[in-house]
Amino acid sequence: MQSRHIDESPIRFDLWRQRLPNWLQRFLPSGGGSHEDHHGKGMFGFTVFLLSESIIFLSFIFTYVALRLTTKNWLPPGISGPELSTFVVINTVVLLSSSFIIQPAENALKHNQLSKFRWLWLITIAMGSYFLVGLLIEWKNLDFKITTGLVGSTFYLLTGFHGLHVLAGVVLQIVMLIRSFIPGNYNKTHFGTSATTLFWHFVDVVWVFLFSLLYLWRT
Amino acid sequence: MTHDFSQEMIEDRESQNQQGNTWREYFSFNTDHKVIGIQYMVMTFIFFLIGGLLAMLIRAELLTPESNLVDRPLYNGLFTMHGTIMIFLWIIPFNAGLSNYLVPLMIGARDMAFPLLNAISFWILPPAGLLLLSSFFLPNGTAQSGWWSYPPISLQVPGDQFINGEFIWIVSLVLIGISSIMGAVNFVTTIFWMRAPGMTFFRMPVFVWSVFSAQLLQLINLPALTAALILLLLDLSFGTQFFKPDENGDPIIYQHLFWFYSHPAVYIMALPAFGIFAEVLPAFSRNPLFGYRSVAIATLGIAAISIFVWVHHMFTSATPGWMRMTFMATSMLVAIPTGIKAFAWTATIWRSKLHLETPMLFAMGGAAMFIFGGVTGVMLAATPFDIHVNNTYFVVGHFHYIVFNTITMAIFAAIYYWFPKITGRMYAEGWGKLHFWLTFIPANITFFSMHPLGLQGMLRRVSSYDPQYQGWNIIASLGSFLLGASTLPFIANIVGSWLYGPKAVDNPWHATGLEWTTSSPPPRDNFEEIPIVTRPPYDYGNPKYSVIVNSDNSE
Ligand code: HEM
Ligand SMILES: [Cu+2]
Repeated sequence: MQSRHIDESPIRFDLWRQRLPNWLQRFLPSGGGSHEDHHGKGMFGFTVFLLSESIIFLSFIFTYVALRLTTKNWLPPGISGPELSTFVVINTVVLLSSSFIIQPAENALKHNQLSKFRWLWLITIAMGSYFLVGLLIEWKNLDFKITTGLVGSTFYLLTGFHGLHVLAGVVLQIVMLIRSFIPGNYNKTHFGTSATTLFWHFVDVVWVFLFSLLYLWRT
Repeated sequence: MTHDFSQEMIEDRESQNQQGNTWREYFSFNTDHKVIGIQYMVMTFIFFLIGGLLAMLIRAELLTPESNLVDRPLYNGLFTMHGTIMIFLWIIPFNAGLSNYLVPLMIGARDMAFPLLNAISFWILPPAGLLLLSSFFLPNGTAQSGWWSYPPISLQVPGDQFINGEFIWIVSLVLIGISSIMGAVNFVTTIFWMRAPGMTFFRMPVFVWSVFSAQLLQLINLPALTAALILLLLDLSFGTQFFKPDENGDPIIYQHLFWFYSHPAVYIMALPAFGIFAEVLPAFSRNPLFGYRSVAIATLGIAAISIFVWVHHMFTSATPGWMRMTFMATSMLVAIPTGIKAFAWTATIWRSKLHLETPMLFAMGGAAMFIFGGVTGVMLAATPFDIHVNNTYFVVGHFHYIVFNTITMAIFAAIYYWFPKITGRMYAEGWGKLHFWLTFIPANITFFSMHPLGLQGMLRRVSSYDPQYQGWNIIASLGSFLLGASTLPFIANIVGSWLYGPKAVDNPWHATGLEWTTSSPPPRDNFEEIPIVTRPPYDYGNPKYSVIVNSDNSE
């Protein structure tokens, strides 16, 4: 009894080392069962989740629009608001065009073209990261902070919340890339890559709206 | 020595199939939807007891017109935590637990669509609940601005920017919300994808329809609350100005976001209760559910309409006239599908021979109470009337007829009805009946008294009041203490019967649902063979249909 107890203790490191891959298997989306069954169910669930996510974005956008329409002095004195600079435009173009890279990448994996998948996937990761770094640089150069009136509150809220999603997307992409190097595993990552791809398109579509509202809607 | 994880899983499963679950598993991270369901139900019941104790403290304070038992900040904390706990840690997660237990069994599935996600959804709740309770021990106490937490009042918290009750309240509610959204994804996917062969949408029990509709509402509306809470948190602790009127912010936006969720939330709570009525009433009157199809469609209809009525909570928030008119109209529309349901319940038991076992008593009592609460709801939806009684005890009376007298009664009906299925044992009928009468009568004493109080003008959320209101307040308080006492026979019965009750047969009520075709308690994988469904859900007294179990179809 005593020895069996120790045997089962999760603190034993060697057990963890053996179990960890199995646990990961289960935590990462492709785990369990046969691929066909899980893909459809998983994608359905993920789409439903994105529906929920879009309501959060819509709520924030509603707040922004309502505040903006009812506030007379939207920009505090001396503040010019977010500028539609070339920098922002390039950032946007990079993010949006990454949707046209990630899609062929996913298709490549479907046709088992592993190295093509990895290259295109890597480019997407680079583009996403570029956008994130660009966002940080933009934030740094702005003449207002999150506490600067409603313009600051809303701007950092919307770009920040969206930025978090870009970050999550990039992390997902990196995980999928790593998974593609685990021998015998890449063919199981289809759900993960499909979900990541869908998420990435979602993040891009949201940006189209945010970009129009934040930068194109002049006072 | 190799440790193959999946092999271990299989062995675990096999031993579980033979022995059933040991109590230890209920404290562990388990992915079986039945274990998770029980975890939810037991945990939320503990929160129900805590919330009930807070309520009795509130009622004790209100025995006298003066504020003398607790100080005002604590009083504010008491009603804030009472409301929050009852809604977010009792009714909504209890329903999640019950649905977790029942839905896969009712649609003939082996488990939920995403078992791991399911376990995570549950395990977010205990820490979130404890976090919420922990705020009682902060120097300035818990959040004090009611379960609405309207700004700007909720932003005026004493003390530290982060270590305050309001901050903790928001964080735990966001956590609970995340858990609910994950749960909703799981339920919707499960009901869509995991139905047994032959289980078409119009062969699903109404309970499953209810869960489906309620969880769709969670998906569509809950994110708005999460958004509101994030904004509130930013305002409270990070210096933004969304809801600060002094700095151009607009607190009314919070109300819109809040009620965009919290009105449908009343149906997230109520629809599963309606679903319970639709299971229990036919079983104990041996009649098919009257108008099954209309009831199923009405369920979706209620959910759909409830998305467009939230402004009826804001009639007195400087709401423009056109908005009041529109939302008064949509609110009254809800009465149509709800009426269909109430009519169907009545017609189901009409002229039948009733079997008045405990589940049936609770179901009939709850359904009857809903008529009363629904009528005061329609009254409140009439803008002129609402402006008169807004924020008075009339509103408190209205929603307690619904959340306690209807929904909590339905929950008790469910606990007794499925008790033999879940535990494999029978509860004690006499104790059950005692529990029913000890609940039903005091509940009506307590919550009826609130209506005259409100009509006479007593405001809610006050700890002192004009002496003219004392009479009804004493009645309400005494009723509430009795109500508190009524949980004792319940707990004694449930715990005692779970441990020592007589063994139950698989289908003690001779009910028609799929969940009754498997053993009690069901094996780990629910069914020996996945059933093929060939009949409508409520064919009481119709011998020509039966569940056919096809041995070729073992997944
Ligand atoms: C179906 C179950 C129902 C539940 C669980 C429910 C619950 C509630 C709750 C909790 C509140 C109080 C919110 C608060 O101020 O803290 C409330 C208020 C209200 N309910 Fe209901 N209700 C239900 C049905 C209805 C119906 C059918 C209608 C109208 C057709 C209705 C109309 C209202 C109105 C207008 C108020 C606002 C009263 C005010 O604040 O002045 N309710 N309800
Ligand atoms: Cu409402």
